[in-house]
Amino acid sequence: MNVLLAVPLLVPLSGAAVTLLLRRNPRSQRITSTVTLAAAVVAAALLLRRTHDGTVVTTQAGAWEAPLGITLVADPVSALLLLVSSVVLLIVLLYAIGQDIGGLSRATPQVFHPVYLVLTAGVNLSFVSGDLFNLFVGFEVMLTASYALITQAPTRARVRASMVYTTVSLTSSILFLTGIALVYALTGTVNMADVAEKLGAAPPALRMVLALLFLVVFGIKAAIVPMHFWLPDSYPVALTRISAIFAALLTKVAVYAIIRTQTLLFARDDTSAVLMAVAVVTMVVGILGALVQSDINRIMSFALVSHIGFMVFGLALNTVAGLAGAVVYLVHHIVVQATLFLVNGLIRQYVGHTSLTDIRGLTAVSPALAVFFFLPALSLAGLPPMSGFVAKVALFEAGVATGGALAWAGVAAGVLTSLLTLIAVVRVWTRAFWGTPRPDMLEAREQLRTGSNRGGLRIMTATTGAMVAVGLAVALMAGPLTRVGLTAAEGLLDGDAYVAAVLGEGAR
Amino acid sequence: MSTPSLLLVAAVAVLYSSGFYLLLQRSLMRVVFGIIILGHAANLSLLLTDTAITLPPLLGGEPGAQLSDPLPHAMALTAIVITFGVTTFLLALAYRVWLGDENDEVPDDLEDRRISRLREPEDSS
Repeated sequence: MNVLLAVPLLVPLSGAAVTLLLRRNPRSQRITSTVTLAAAVVAAALLLRRTHDGTVVTTQAGAWEAPLGITLVADPVSALLLLVSSVVLLIVLLYAIGQDIGGLSRATPQVFHPVYLVLTAGVNLSFVSGDLFNLFVGFEVMLTASYALITQAPTRARVRASMVYTTVSLTSSILFLTGIALVYALTGTVNMADVAEKLGAAPPALRMVLALLFLVVFGIKAAIVPMHFWLPDSYPVALTRISAIFAALLTKVAVYAIIRTQTLLFARDDTSAVLMAVAVVTMVVGILGALVQSDINRIMSFALVSHIGFMVFGLALNTVAGLAGAVVYLVHHIVVQATLFLVNGLIRQYVGHTSLTDIRGLTAVSPALAVFFFLPALSLAGLPPMSGFVAKVALFEAGVATGGALAWAGVAAGVLTSLLTLIAVVRVWTRAFWGTPRPDMLEAREQLRTGSNRGGLRIMTATTGAMVAVGLAVALMAGPLTRVGLTAAEGLLDGDAYVAAVLGEGAR
Repeated sequence: MSTPSLLLVAAVAVLYSSGFYLLLQRSLMRVVFGIIILGHAANLSLLLTDTAITLPPLLGGEPGAQLSDPLPHAMALTAIVITFGVTTFLLALAYRVWLGDENDEVPDDLEDRRISRLREPEDSS
């Protein structure tokens, strides 16, 4: 029994209940949710300290033995992602608080806090869940909270967009449920370690059908290319702080679920042709979409789709180096994507929109904004000192080491995508940040800086800066991060330690 | 292990196909109905994993009698609650869309519309 595992789950849920009761008192509501998320960060950090050497920590809820009861598991991958996502969630919360204090947002903050904490609990449950059905519940908790968040400050466009988002997510949830029913019919269990043991004896054709079904289910949520169409339509329409957390976390939770199910349940020995094809198509189509957009938010949404391909590429290689690259890329991408969307939010605050056709000279409007955009944008494109470079080099090295036509195709697509990302980013930079600002932009800035909401704006700028700093820290910590990534990848590929930890030592 | 009832399998198949058919319609009301039917299909297929669903789960039978597996029932119950809640939300959303536009047709994609607007001058010339 390990209480630490339940903390990232139970604390945000209780926090959500408390903030709901405190809805008439915004101040204590803010304090409660900040403290709650800070506690989640501490718990995640402690978990990572326990698991970074490859230890798998488990908890059986209610002390029911493994295949019967509800199992919570943390291995290096889940602990690492838990930590990064908690940090990002905390920073975005502070950003949102700044926005609310300054009266810079039209959303109702009373609703925001409880729902946001429920979202946190859902994300965390998805990371530590040890059985498929709880993974489904974690996903549902997360998605239901996201449905409520995406309709904050409802405009007509937002309601339309959330209708698409809700329908697509719900469809994939129903397919997920179908997948669980099929797995249960085949193996008589939903505990992932137990399923992994029993699926080995299943007919290969059935295994493949299930593997594809789960790939489709999580692929819809991760916005892998043939199933990505809903994302660029719904994310840019939502409030920026909300699309920041969606872009950073929701798709990544799905990527984590893909990695977990494809390595543990449907383990294989060679490079996967299907996954590699999906990765290549996702990378190239996504970034081509980004290149033709004229709105910064939409460009970032398409870039997000494209870069999901890199993680699938690492998974498709099916080697320790490849998976380690995918894990490092996940960490890098969560932080960078959140930063870019927060910067977009600041731009929206200054200019009122993010359409490239009407923005000029943002550098003159706010030099800090330029720096905050520049650093993560370079990181996204993968230029040397940044975390994106570290993650991409790890992936490309893994691809070259694996060899073969498939791996080379992936590497080529990756290099091409990185170059095209650079073009997309430079386009935003030259159009929006260079040149002389239009007079109305300078006026708006003066109004913002001297108005009553300048305190809130300061908090928003500071938190965006903090997020940029986290991105730099990821680059600085590249050594330890890669080591944890390698340990995590070994654990993912082997699976024995995971199964043994969940089912007890006698299982194998 | 006995085989599942053919009738139930057929029911699941019909539910899935009609659900997906409705989901592909343009009217939001039909989309919502599609989701509801799909939810039923998924729940029914969860129940199908238990081949003895006509028997009582846990208690109720005479001692030593065969019992049905309670786990699919528990999972289906959870899933029903979830789909029910989200369906309510979806209905509310569809109503909001209808309030805003006085129709519940799913419109073309924003970018699609922009592209078709670009094409219009050519058509008129």
